[in-house]
Amino acid sequence: MGAYTLRRILQMIPVVLGTTFLIYTLVWALPTDPFAGRCGERPCPQAYVQLMTEKFNLDDPLPWAYLQWLGGLFTGNLGETYTGLLVWDQVASAFPNTLKLATVAIMFEIVVGITAGVFAGLNRGRFIDNLVLLSTLALISIPVFVLGTTLQYLLGIQFPIFSPTVPPGAPWSSLILPGFVLGALSMAYVARLVRSSILENMRSDYVRTATAKGLARRRVIGLHVMRNSLIPVVTFIGADFGALMAGAIITEGIFNINGVGNLVYRGILNQEGALVTSVVTLFVLIFLVVNLIVDLLYGFLDPRIRYE
Amino acid sequence: MSMRGRGLAFGAVLTAAALTLTACGGDSDDTAADPAGGTVNIFGSQPQNPLVPVLTNETGGGNVIDNLFTRLVDYNPETAAPELAMAESIEPSEGNTLWTIKLKPGWKFHDGTPVTAESFVKAWNDGANCNTGALNQYFFGPDGVNIKGYDAVAGTYDAEGNLDCAGIEPDAGMEGLKVVDDTTFTAELAGPVSIFATIVGYSAFAPMPEIYFTDRPAFEAKPIGNGPYQFVSAKANESIVVTEYPDYQGEKKAQVKDINYKIYQTPDAAYVDLLANNLDVIDTMPATALAGDRWKTELGDRSILKPVGVFQSVTFPLYVEEFDNPELRKAISMAIDRESVISVAFNNTRTPADGWVPPVIEGYQPGACGEACTFDAAKAKQMFDDAGGFDGTLTIAYNADGGHKEWVDATCVSIKNALDVECQGKAYPTFAELRNDVTEDKMTGIFRTGWQMDYPSMQNFLAPLYATDAGSNDGGYSNPAFDTLLRDAAGQTPEEAIASYQQATQLLAEDMPVIPLWYGALTAGWSENIETPVFTPFGRVDWTSLKLKG
Repeated sequence: MGAYTLRRILQMIPVVLGTTFLIYTLVWALPTDPFAGRCGERPCPQAYVQLMTEKFNLDDPLPWAYLQWLGGLFTGNLGETYTGLLVWDQVASAFPNTLKLATVAIMFEIVVGITAGVFAGLNRGRFIDNLVLLSTLALISIPVFVLGTTLQYLLGIQFPIFSPTVPPGAPWSSLILPGFVLGALSMAYVARLVRSSILENMRSDYVRTATAKGLARRRVIGLHVMRNSLIPVVTFIGADFGALMAGAIITEGIFNINGVGNLVYRGILNQEGALVTSVVTLFVLIFLVVNLIVDLLYGFLDPRIRYE
Repeated sequence: MSMRGRGLAFGAVLTAAALTLTACGGDSDDTAADPAGGTVNIFGSQPQNPLVPVLTNETGGGNVIDNLFTRLVDYNPETAAPELAMAESIEPSEGNTLWTIKLKPGWKFHDGTPVTAESFVKAWNDGANCNTGALNQYFFGPDGVNIKGYDAVAGTYDAEGNLDCAGIEPDAGMEGLKVVDDTTFTAELAGPVSIFATIVGYSAFAPMPEIYFTDRPAFEAKPIGNGPYQFVSAKANESIVVTEYPDYQGEKKAQVKDINYKIYQTPDAAYVDLLANNLDVIDTMPATALAGDRWKTELGDRSILKPVGVFQSVTFPLYVEEFDNPELRKAISMAIDRESVISVAFNNTRTPADGWVPPVIEGYQPGACGEACTFDAAKAKQMFDDAGGFDGTLTIAYNADGGHKEWVDATCVSIKNALDVECQGKAYPTFAELRNDVTEDKMTGIFRTGWQMDYPSMQNFLAPLYATDAGSNDGGYSNPAFDTLLRDAAGQTPEEAIASYQQATQLLAEDMPVIPLWYGALTAGWSENIETPVFTPFGRVDWTSLKLKG
């Protein structure tokens, strides 16, 4: 297993290099001069444009500019944005907020999603099952910005239980509502996934065998059904963690969370190449690491999977 | 968000920290005695540049710069008229080419160093110098106050059109600026500029402390000015905090101790915070709040709609042959039902434009544009056909990142119905991409343009936009008579100059190089925590009016 992990980590290197180069190329391949819109209806003074072009290596051939950026990356210098702020500072202030938000969302998925799924699966056709099916259907069909702005208005302004926006520093308590909104869709999927997984496993041979040999229902469900039902859920949640971090932009916007989603969005609008490439590289790394963790978790959950 | 995001054109940043607030009226003595206290939270946006006056040309940084720096003049918060601030007097010579500036004595920067004539002269020289690469460089040259010797420090162009700063010392100054004594300096101009005293209220003309020249990184980390507020802290994408400067020498005193510019990811989030009284001032309502007049319902008398110095238009690429016909251009203008477009796309938060200069500017003439800006479908159709019509599809290019689709579509519908010609919006993904094609003269159809005033003068709405080869003359308009009138105005008294500018506007009405659409308005709101604030014709909240409720 150690060797497997090492191999996977080594495989990450070409993936990271390849993706960063692609992203870097795409960002810089945009045909427009990034300073064309910076002075409103006036063209910017040439003295400014030339100073910035020189400072940001915009005239260098692409591979060389990429290598300079990569060199900076390894020495911990991600460069500056055109606004004169260090990319690292911006990422460092935004990233923890998004990480916390995604964590809260995942917690909702795990706690609410799995619990609802288990109850529904074990009580097929009864009231609780229908309730779960109906409420998850509702969550799936409501777009996130509708859910977000509605809950924000209801619970932030009409009945001020929560703060409508997240204050700087994003304390955990302020992230409950945004976390729920961000995780709502996946929470519904998780509940349904768990439900169908449990239904399927309840009918499987090994459950019948376990019941036949006299195991307590509690133990049959707790040990055999649950463990096997969670495999697809782990995959889903693992992959979702990356998606939540990279895809929190709408939620971040509604609740005013200074997160990476909006950071990269603004970066794209302003053609901040160094910023976009750095943040996306971070996303790539997160996806890779989370995938590795999910794959390793399989080994624990499913005895049939063993890594040499 | 920056003005770009909103898609508003801005000439540059606005200077709104006006000094003469009279709203306090009779009890102003009492208020002056009150120690300022508390914090007001204002909707801000992340500055696009370091907080340096010559580098700042958008509202995010401009709002803060306005509080940190006091310039020679300020603009009246109600009328936008220039009023002496740091200057004791600004006197022209005969013909407006030599200006003598006397400063009020005893002013200090936030670090305790004195503000002298040298502080101004060095700052202006730095802004004009090629090596500085200042975004506001042109304000010192022919597009602005036109100081003598600007060309020598602004850099020269080589054969390939690249600017060459070689041979220009970073501390080289303009010949026209001379320090007389600690509180007096003179500015000799390369040509007459009658509105010199108005232009120098723009933020690029702020004095700079010595530390800016000796240790620029330290200055950028903690900007030091001479204004009513001093810098406390800035956190990227979250907030900028300034606090009252106790030794401020200006006549007006702050009525609130701290101002916190809260930076929001979206204006919608800011609006929600305003409803919850977590935010005290918003100067631009998000589209979602304007829809169905939601903001007026929810905020009631804590909201205001007020005209500001913004002009929105569509411009013809006159280098395209089909558009080289004034009658055709006037017909298209006449075919636009401005009232209904404003009602459909803006919830009536704009004023139909009847000229090229907004009403908040001194010298505004109602109906300057004449019948060409008055919707008349039948007459427009008649003129259009007489002018030879238009083959193919008219397009109106806009940037899709600024919320322009609605009005462009509505305008096209109006044109189409009136003239029976195909009309379509043409979206550019970003403002930068649109401007890129505009400045390179690559436009094939009509495109959206606009202007937000840098300083309150008719000149600012005419010279940069329609003078031959001017910096923002996007359509390539050129009329020697127009240029002559503007040149004449520069040497005249203010009253004569206004008459010349009005005459120049009549030429625009005849030539219609740019179709006036509407004048901008501020849509502002405030929380229950503060007294009713004053908003300036620049679209900003006046700092002297910020006061917490009792």
